Amino acid sequence: MRYLKQFTIILLISLVGEILKAVLPLPIPASVYGLIIMLICLCTKVIRINQIKDASLFLIEIMPVMFIPPAVGLSDAWPTLKPIFIPVFITVVVTTILVMVVTGRVTQFVIRRGGNNKQ
Amino acid sequence: MITFFETSLFFGVSISLIAYFIGVVIKRRVHLAILNPLLVAVVLVIIFINIFDIKYDTYNEGAKYLSYLLTPATVCLAVPLYEQLKLLRKNIKAVILGILSGILANILGIFFLSKLFGFTHELYVTLLPKSITTAIGMGVSSELGGIVTITVAAITITGILGNVIAEGVFKIFGIKEPVAKGLALGNSAHAVGTAKAMELGTIEGAMSSLAVAVAGLLTVLTASVFAQMM
Repeated sequence: MRYLKQFTIILLISLVGEILKAVLPLPIPASVYGLIIMLICLCTKVIRINQIKDASLFLIEIMPVMFIPPAVGLSDAWPTLKPIFIPVFITVVVTTILVMVVTGRVTQFVIRRGGNNKQ
Repeated sequence: MITFFETSLFFGVSISLIAYFIGVVIKRRVHLAILNPLLVAVVLVIIFINIFDIKYDTYNEGAKYLSYLLTPATVCLAVPLYEQLKLLRKNIKAVILGILSGILANILGIFFLSKLFGFTHELYVTLLPKSITTAIGMGVSSELGGIVTITVAAITITGILGNVIAEGVFKIFGIKEPVAKGLALGNSAHAVGTAKAMELGTIEGAMSSLAVAVAGLLTVLTASVFAQMM
């Protein structure tokens, strides 16, 4: 019953996310609304962390396999992508590395500078 | 046999999971970043359904139930985020600056490469949302007049790429702070990057989830402005 209760809470929040997506005219997915609502519920103690923790950790652990079906679907997009694949691929590779390095270095720089100031 | 696959509900799920476990086993034996379980699984499934001439829709008939869990799983990312709230408050300045600079780097990078390759406005706006989570990215792309199929392809390639290269990039560029690693993964490679961040640690995972949500929301709010640049 423990898992069933936990899953029920998680799916209910997902449902609320879906409702918000249907009502609000923004291109924000149900999952992001749901994440924000869940965080608010946890912060306000409407939901206690141990009421969802086990099921949450399970879902997070198996998250990578959820990306397999949409990624396999790439083979369907291939005809559209083929003529522009090389420049698009280069853009994707370069900007992904760029964003990763810039975000990481800037964050690390500010954290470490802040740490030094306090000392 | 082929007709059986067309009616089977468990074929798509089973083949995906088996492919993933093969990927996990390979990863354990050979420590190469490119042999990432997710990437290996995707390639194996594509090869398999091509050999047996199975349509994607047939495969997805069962496999879609794996993706069904994506929304509840994303909702659950609130858990590590909640557990790391103290850490978030402590580093709030670094977090905000890190995420903003990454979003800016993404836009400028795509802008200059689009100029370099002579992309049309249509392709430029198609690629703009490539670092954010698929569901938001699709919406942004269609709103700006992009080609949604290519946006989804670019987002997927970005995610898997980020997942595969992250550890190497962190090593080369000396990114060692868990908070920095998490934000970098979420900001560059959305939810697929977050899956990697979760493997690295709970702090990384929490920060990555935060970056996915914030980057997604900020992109929704700013994309139409940046779309005018080209």
